[in-house]
Amino acid sequence: MAKPLDNRAWFLVLPVVALVAFSALIPVMTVVNYSVQDSFGNNEFFWNGTGWFKELLDPSTDLGGRFFDALWRTLLFSAICLLIEVPLGIGVALTLPRRGWGVAASLVLLALPLLIPWNVVGTIWQVFARRDIGLLGAAVNGLGIEYNYAQTPLAAWVTVVAMDVWHWTSLVVLLCYAGLRAIPDAYYQAAKVDGASSWAVFRAIQLPKMQRVLTIAILLRFMDSFMIYTEPFVVTGGGPGNATTFLSIDLVKIALGQFDLGKAAAMSIVYNLIVLTVCWVFFATTTRSQSEAVQ
Amino acid sequence: MALSWMAWTWQTALFFGLLFCVLAVMTLLAALRPERDRIGMLGLPTTRGDRLFLTLLGAAFIHLGWLALAGEAPLWGASFVSLAYGAIMFRWA
Repeated sequence: MAKPLDNRAWFLVLPVVALVAFSALIPVMTVVNYSVQDSFGNNEFFWNGTGWFKELLDPSTDLGGRFFDALWRTLLFSAICLLIEVPLGIGVALTLPRRGWGVAASLVLLALPLLIPWNVVGTIWQVFARRDIGLLGAAVNGLGIEYNYAQTPLAAWVTVVAMDVWHWTSLVVLLCYAGLRAIPDAYYQAAKVDGASSWAVFRAIQLPKMQRVLTIAILLRFMDSFMIYTEPFVVTGGGPGNATTFLSIDLVKIALGQFDLGKAAAMSIVYNLIVLTVCWVFFATTTRSQSEAVQ
Repeated sequence: MALSWMAWTWQTALFFGLLFCVLAVMTLLAALRPERDRIGMLGLPTTRGDRLFLTLLGAAFIHLGWLALAGEAPLWGASFVSLAYGAIMFRWA
């Protein structure tokens, strides 16, 4: 029988626990307290029990309608980003050079978008896509295609999705490239002996060998896009109308715009639970991949 | 230090008090009665801590689902379902 793990070393992380308690646990406890109360400002709170949660989970109410609309919008955004970024990332990774100076040059170039802060990416795209002075916006309109992200929902969606693809596809590329580099040459030699086509090599060797890194890439990109706030907020501010109001943007509007602390707290708890669930799936999948790799 | 901005109520204080007691017991158990992870019905290696996490997370969703679907039925129902779910998690997960 395997020897049990000695967990006493975990006590050494107590200082970190104290720090996290100060910076995260106390605010989270406050959010839970707010979620069962109503406030009219002046630090006065009134007990509301599960009222906000019932309202939030009922799509026929104003709050519930807003919540579910924003939730579907956010899920749709994540799905579109994944559907573009993952195949594109795999494709780019397959075309990267395997040796020579091109490797370092490509990797540095690909890493550049990842180093730019979120609000700067938002500002770049806000200017880039403007129809009057933006290179992209003016060029598209010059081609005769009506494109104005401040007026039409489709243009706003195209802009925020393109921005996310521009910012984050590199991450998928780098992860896939690492997965591809880990495949021993013997597999390719065997495929060459068998006369396998490029497609057969991709289906039978490269894709299965990239499974672990792809899982990590998909989960990371899902979580990031599901929690996105800064970039679309800088570009569209959630508009036009509510077309690009994702969950995080709606949450800030309710909490800071309307100062409805109870409603915002209930919404953030449900949002947090969804993110926590995905985090657990991410953790479970990666630890299983690691244990399989060890075996 | 004034804590009025945290808007404590006795219900939420009781909730967090119980949660911290559970975490303290689990911490002591992990130190005094260490164990190996095991593979249960989820097909994943889980420790006591993992099973507690899944129980708490699942209990939160059960309560939310109850609020959304059970109409005016008392919330205790969700708590009993959560207890049963927790027992299943700890025994078979």
